[in-house]
Amino acid sequence: MSNIDKATVAKIARLARIKIEEDKLEPLAGELNNILDWVEQLSEVNTDNIEPMSSVVDAKLRWREDTVDDGDKQDSVLKNAPNAEYGFFAVPKVIE
Amino acid sequence: MSDYRIQGAKGDWEVVVGLEVHAQVISNAKLFSGASTEFGAEPNAQVSLVDAAMPGMLPTINGECVRQAVRTGLALGAQINKFSVFDRKNYFYADLPQGYQISQFKHPVVGEGIVLLDLGEGKTKEVGVERIHLEQDAGKSMHDQHPQFTYVDLNRSGVALMEIVSMPDMRSPDEAGAYLTKLRSIVRYIGSCDGNMEQGSMRADVNVSVRKPGDELGTRCEIKNVNSIRFVRQAIEVEARRQVDIIEAGGTIDQETRLFDPNKGETRSMRSKEEAHDYRYFPDPDLLPLEFDDAFIEAAQDSLPELPDVKKARFMSALGLNDYNAGVLVAEKEQADYFETLVAALAKAAKKDEAAVAVKASNWLTGDLFGALNKAGKTIANSPVTAEQGADLLVLIEDGTISGRIAKDVFEIMFETGKDAAAIVEEKGLKQVSDTGAIEKIIDEVIAANPGQLEQYRAGKDKLLGFFVGQVMKATQGKANPGMVNQLLKPKLDG
Repeated sequence: MSNIDKATVAKIARLARIKIEEDKLEPLAGELNNILDWVEQLSEVNTDNIEPMSSVVDAKLRWREDTVDDGDKQDSVLKNAPNAEYGFFAVPKVIE
Repeated sequence: MSDYRIQGAKGDWEVVVGLEVHAQVISNAKLFSGASTEFGAEPNAQVSLVDAAMPGMLPTINGECVRQAVRTGLALGAQINKFSVFDRKNYFYADLPQGYQISQFKHPVVGEGIVLLDLGEGKTKEVGVERIHLEQDAGKSMHDQHPQFTYVDLNRSGVALMEIVSMPDMRSPDEAGAYLTKLRSIVRYIGSCDGNMEQGSMRADVNVSVRKPGDELGTRCEIKNVNSIRFVRQAIEVEARRQVDIIEAGGTIDQETRLFDPNKGETRSMRSKEEAHDYRYFPDPDLLPLEFDDAFIEAAQDSLPELPDVKKARFMSALGLNDYNAGVLVAEKEQADYFETLVAALAKAAKKDEAAVAVKASNWLTGDLFGALNKAGKTIANSPVTAEQGADLLVLIEDGTISGRIAKDVFEIMFETGKDAAAIVEEKGLKQVSDTGAIEKIIDEVIAANPGQLEQYRAGKDKLLGFFVGQVMKATQGKANPGMVNQLLKPKLDG
């Protein structure tokens, strides 16, 4: 049985920067527990000596050459920024 | 060197230090994209949509970055893992557009290795390396450009870093300094990182704890992002002192992230970073495991140059240098290269074995040239006197054309003008006078001009020999061959 409580939900939400109203925490904890319990069924399968599967197809990691063939597109990069100044993203001050 | 101890009110304390060094990999393109890594471009001009974390963009590993990490591992005698995995390290910050850093957590590309510290006076110490993994750098935030906004430049975002993690094997600020110095020297030798700490291509997180000698490890604090070897030493000193004071006052150390302020000479807590420590690592579903074969490792091994420790041993055994000079010369690859060019050119011109001229070359290099460079604020890389020119100067001493004394003057002119030694000697008429007749004539004149001193000398005041030598050298503007002067002068004085 998974045991996600309200405080854990609040912490995960905070780490993911998702705002969740106080009255939604309890129901969400219930939902998350249900999901985890459902996934937990997998632990019934014996996986001793089985390597973790990293892909469903028999593929290898593709490598690239060390050549510069991208970049130089400041306009595109900044196009969706809510605010940009002098070529920088301008975001709310995040000083320590 | 005695053990480093912090004196507390209640006895001596030992400091335990481990370093996590972030070294920017030398590559043209970034770790997972084709954008350039060059320093100093317009903001956000070297950013691909992968680096900006646009939806749907997928990372593709840059093989050169893998090769450089493997070469670095091999240079540290480390275990190379033919199978490693990229994970996502999740945290939220404005200059990290993905919301996670692609890094390696459980299966790094390089395992355990060793760095040999040179602690002076021939003393060495082994410091263990726990692992090296590849990861992405974040972007750069600037907080002081605008009253309301932080400006973010993603040019660095996605540049490849090697995180080189040491064991907690260091016991003093000096050892930590020696470790960083050696590590920097090695990565510069092999060309996997430029080691430029001012530009941030190498920076260290310093883990510090204190304990009574022999006790279990104490609780550590991590001092983030220290960007010079001097600051690493200072940070350890003040942090160890802070911890001792707390413990002796009955307190306990909280494990936390701290920042070193070199202006105030103190470390302070970065509390806001604390909850971010919950990184929720998991294997990056966008990337398959990183795999390569033995041939890849062998090729990386074959590409390594002679490393500083091996070079130092060779300078000592084959060329007869002492431990100190050999250590100085190999510390920077450019210096070692200069020295080897110098010795080869000198040996060839003087028609002698390299071993026969190496000590002279080393003395001139570490004494005269380094002294002049230091005074002029230059480095060996922009020395006005090339190794070949240095060899030409030393040959003139070897073959007796000029004396060692005159050579110093010639060198000064070379250093200022960049001219060749032979040209300066010719131009200024500095050739050593080795003509017996000419020297004898001058000696006769000097003796004749100083009858009083001659009398005293003959009465037993031997020390006056020096006076006469000096007078002869003066009369020849230092050009007389000193050996011949000594040889010819004594019989004449003795009558």
